[in-house]
Amino acid sequence: MIRAVIVMNTQGKPRLAKFYDYQPVEKQQELIRSVFAALSNRAENVSNFMEAESIFGPDSRLVYKHYATLYFVFVFDSSENELAMLDLIQVFVETLDKCFRNVCELDIVFNYSKMQSVLDEIIFGGQVLETSSVEVMKAIEEISKLEAASNAISLIPYASGWSRR
Amino acid sequence: MSGPSIMETLFQRTLEDLIKGIRLQLIGESAFISKAMEEIRKEIKSTDLQTKSIALQKLSYLNSLYFVDMSWAAFHCIECMSSSRFSLKRIGYVAVSQSFDEQTPVLLLITNQLRKDLGSVNEFEAGLALDCLANIATADLARDLTPEVFTLLGSSKIPVRKKAIGVILRVFEKYPEAVRVCFKRLVENLDSPDSRILSAVVGVFCELASRDPRSYLPLAPEFYRVLVDSKNNWVLIKILKIFTKLAAIEPRVAKRIVEPVCDHMRRTGAKSLMFECIRTVVSSLSEYEIALKLAVSKIRELLVDEDANIKYLGLHALSIIAPKHLWVVLDNQEIVIKSLIDADANIQSESLRLVMAVISRSNVVDISHVLLSYGHKSDPDFCNEIIGSILSACSHNLYEIVMDFDWYVSLLGEMSRIPHCQKGEEIENQLIDIGMRVRDARLELIRVGRSLLIDPALLGNPYLYRILCAAAWVCGEYVEFSTNPPELVEALLQPRTSMLPPLIRAVYLQSVLKILTFCMYSHLQKQSSISFPSSHNLEGVMAECVSRRKTLESSDIPTSAQDDVFNPMISENILCEEDIPVETKGENLFFEKNRFSQESIVNLLNAIESALEPLLGTLEVEILERARNVLGLIDLIKQQIPNHLSPEEESFSREASEVWKLIRSMNDAFCEELGPVSFTAQEKIQLPEGLVLEENLRELDSIYGILQPPLNFLPQREERVKELPDSEWRSRDDLEPSNESTSLLVEHRKRHGLYYLPSGVSNDYPLANDPRSGEHDYDENEDLIRLAAQSLAPKKKPNYSKPRPVVVRLEEGETTFHIVSKKPNSKYDLLSGVVQDVLQETNPMESSQKGKEKVSSDVPPGSKENLQDLVDPMGERSGSGKSKHRSHGKERDHKIPKKNDREKDENCERARQKGSHRLGRKKTRQRAEGQTDLHAHTPGQIPDLLL
Repeated sequence: MIRAVIVMNTQGKPRLAKFYDYQPVEKQQELIRSVFAALSNRAENVSNFMEAESIFGPDSRLVYKHYATLYFVFVFDSSENELAMLDLIQVFVETLDKCFRNVCELDIVFNYSKMQSVLDEIIFGGQVLETSSVEVMKAIEEISKLEAASNAISLIPYASGWSRR
Repeated sequence: MSGPSIMETLFQRTLEDLIKGIRLQLIGESAFISKAMEEIRKEIKSTDLQTKSIALQKLSYLNSLYFVDMSWAAFHCIECMSSSRFSLKRIGYVAVSQSFDEQTPVLLLITNQLRKDLGSVNEFEAGLALDCLANIATADLARDLTPEVFTLLGSSKIPVRKKAIGVILRVFEKYPEAVRVCFKRLVENLDSPDSRILSAVVGVFCELASRDPRSYLPLAPEFYRVLVDSKNNWVLIKILKIFTKLAAIEPRVAKRIVEPVCDHMRRTGAKSLMFECIRTVVSSLSEYEIALKLAVSKIRELLVDEDANIKYLGLHALSIIAPKHLWVVLDNQEIVIKSLIDADANIQSESLRLVMAVISRSNVVDISHVLLSYGHKSDPDFCNEIIGSILSACSHNLYEIVMDFDWYVSLLGEMSRIPHCQKGEEIENQLIDIGMRVRDARLELIRVGRSLLIDPALLGNPYLYRILCAAAWVCGEYVEFSTNPPELVEALLQPRTSMLPPLIRAVYLQSVLKILTFCMYSHLQKQSSISFPSSHNLEGVMAECVSRRKTLESSDIPTSAQDDVFNPMISENILCEEDIPVETKGENLFFEKNRFSQESIVNLLNAIESALEPLLGTLEVEILERARNVLGLIDLIKQQIPNHLSPEEESFSREASEVWKLIRSMNDAFCEELGPVSFTAQEKIQLPEGLVLEENLRELDSIYGILQPPLNFLPQREERVKELPDSEWRSRDDLEPSNESTSLLVEHRKRHGLYYLPSGVSNDYPLANDPRSGEHDYDENEDLIRLAAQSLAPKKKPNYSKPRPVVVRLEEGETTFHIVSKKPNSKYDLLSGVVQDVLQETNPMESSQKGKEKVSSDVPPGSKENLQDLVDPMGERSGSGKSKHRSHGKERDHKIPKKNDREKDENCERARQKGSHRLGRKKTRQRAEGQTDLHAHTPGQIPDLLL
């Protein structure tokens, strides 16, 4: 199971946080802080795994990847493969890249809900359900269309934030 | 900034506006957020669903990234979720998934909405509902929506079916009865040609099997087919994970999968799959030589990889295999040792763990020195990790691997001096523990203790206080091994000791008392050797005690409480003095070598006096009391033998003899050996009548909590050294507390409960080293390890000229405590029970049946009603207050009764067929069992495919 997905910038500001077992907000904040504290202590060019049991309890591992100003962090347990999780981060970022054409932190900041739906297509209730970015993109486009259509009937002319793209 | 309420809808901020606002930070982030929250609270009450949904979207955003509470908006979430417009519905669903938990009160209201959306023709609506269910499903929701999920398991739309499979995990977990309905269809999905479906279903089984592998053994053939046929790495990884669990409990499965796993290992180019194969082999297939050899060669490849991740995983694989096949680690030890200085902390600690796995009697010295030298170079955290693992490895099972305690004790001293050392408590425990257990190590202990104590620089480092405390105790307790006791006194009383915490300082003062007693004794013994040959008659001791008491009363100690403490002890002293000849322990090294001159004694007394006098004004009772004790004794000595301390030795008078007796009896008392005490010592004490321990201690808990939470046992023990009767010591020495002394102990506890540990366990010393901690015995690998040691330090060959000193070991007290293995969650028990039931009923592997079931798996959406019917009786059994839904279901039933009946008949027919088929199978199985007697323990059948 994947326990949590966190995207945060190198200042420790969360950009996306999804916990697959319910955590109260205070706990979420604490977890994100400790993850950031641990991450910021790590040197460049070291392995992408980190001991996470002190933060997330027994049987938890953490894989992260550092892209420009962002950390992508996946927390999972022993029923996932470490390298596969690393690949999955890659899939996630690739998909975002396709969504936003050369994704940067600003895209992610302003397209919070789109990023969320990308993640929801890949990981479902802690399980990996899709590993192909092409398939994810298909679903995302469908959803966008659907939302645009449902907004078109509306009398109010503007669209909600995420369907603009 | 916020718009007027009439324009609310038109000028509402969108999420994007909110994000921009936060980024602009005109008024500071938290101020902006609270302002935005005000707006949201207003907007969310709007009757316009569009306005409401945007407010909710903003709230979800703030909740997720700025940790704003949104539990208050639960009802609004539900309103949005029920919108017919997809974009609003989606916002509602996201908010529900994000903020609801089992306790959310309005959770009951969403059942119908979820049911509606699960049945939606729009696959994305169904997807939203499934996603929501996967996140928040409770037992009630899972029970009520099982039929819908079942239907979707057969959906022709791949994305929906995939998600339905994913949600099964949560449904089973919350509502095990759902297994009866859904399990078969879930298993059928293992045959799906679509790799996404297969991946999802294998993922679910991987989760299920990781909690309770035994229940899924009957599915092994299905899994096996996937293992052989699938080309998808994701699927294979999950399947391997399942087989790792299954093979660990069922050797026949292991045998069967060796070959395909090796095939994958040889063929695959994907590192992730390769690593999973290796992990499967090292954790479950290590008995199979071919597989193990292949895996080891692949591990080697991983270890030399440039990529830190791969290298780390290689080391990780080594540490899995280490307990079973240590030679694999030894073969790669060069890489392992080199990894200790890797820049990556993960790699460092993984290799440290491996080095620790290799440690043994023959190489402990070399390895410890290598590690410590690495420790000096590395960062504080890793340094402490190294120290910690050396400490625990060496102390494991009563210092099993330590041959040379002099070396080990000096190693402890060396560790203490490492600047970042934070393992003070552990080192403290071990120093004292070794002192008590290993007589031969005491000389070295004193030497190490002395060097720690006399270094004033160490007193500035709070991490060292615990170690200094142990050093002070050791120096007091084993002072007879010291070459220069006055020097120790000087060290213990140096001005910088005022930096120590009071309780540790109290230990220092107690040691001063012990050393002083020893010095006086040595001095007087020399003088009195003629007039007082070491005869111990009762009268003498009695007289001495009386005089002692008298002098104590007359001396400077006014508190009556102190008298209370002393009285029972003295009488006890007399009783015990009677039957046990006192012998001074060890050879009085100092005494033999250089005797105290009168002058040095006088100097010593004066030095102590001048150092302690300022302490009489202290507010710390522990310090005050001990300072008074020491000063009282000095006072006594000086009063009694003022002349005697003058040069003429022949004036050894009658007066002096009283001091002599006093000193002698105190010295005897201090000379009693302290042994380790078993964990169970307290249990052996009989509870005297009328003493209610729990009650007493519970009250103490609060008092003690206020007084002094840290530094738990040393001072208490010191208290006892001083106050407890002689017999108590002896009993400790014998390691079997006698009844007499135990009752006294209880008596003492009763009276001075305040000084006892609140836990109620009065073992004087918890064992410094816990026999529980270790689990592996590497003795059988001794030869291999010796090889390793030789290659590690080729010039040195371990050569034990000295035999290993005796380590005091308790007979029964220190046996390993069995930690009761954690029982599996009752929920999983329930789940596995149902799974086993279902697997016994329907055997999914029946090939003749398969075609038929395939047909039934593509049930058209209309057949949902029949399932409703199927589930309803169960709902009736376990549920309550759900009558509304049920009646709803029944109403629908009425609409198509005929179809329903027909399907029921079909079901019956199928069941009958299955029953007969199973009978047939049973026969063949019985025949098979005649040949191999291995079956009994598996709950379900393992089909012949695997046998």
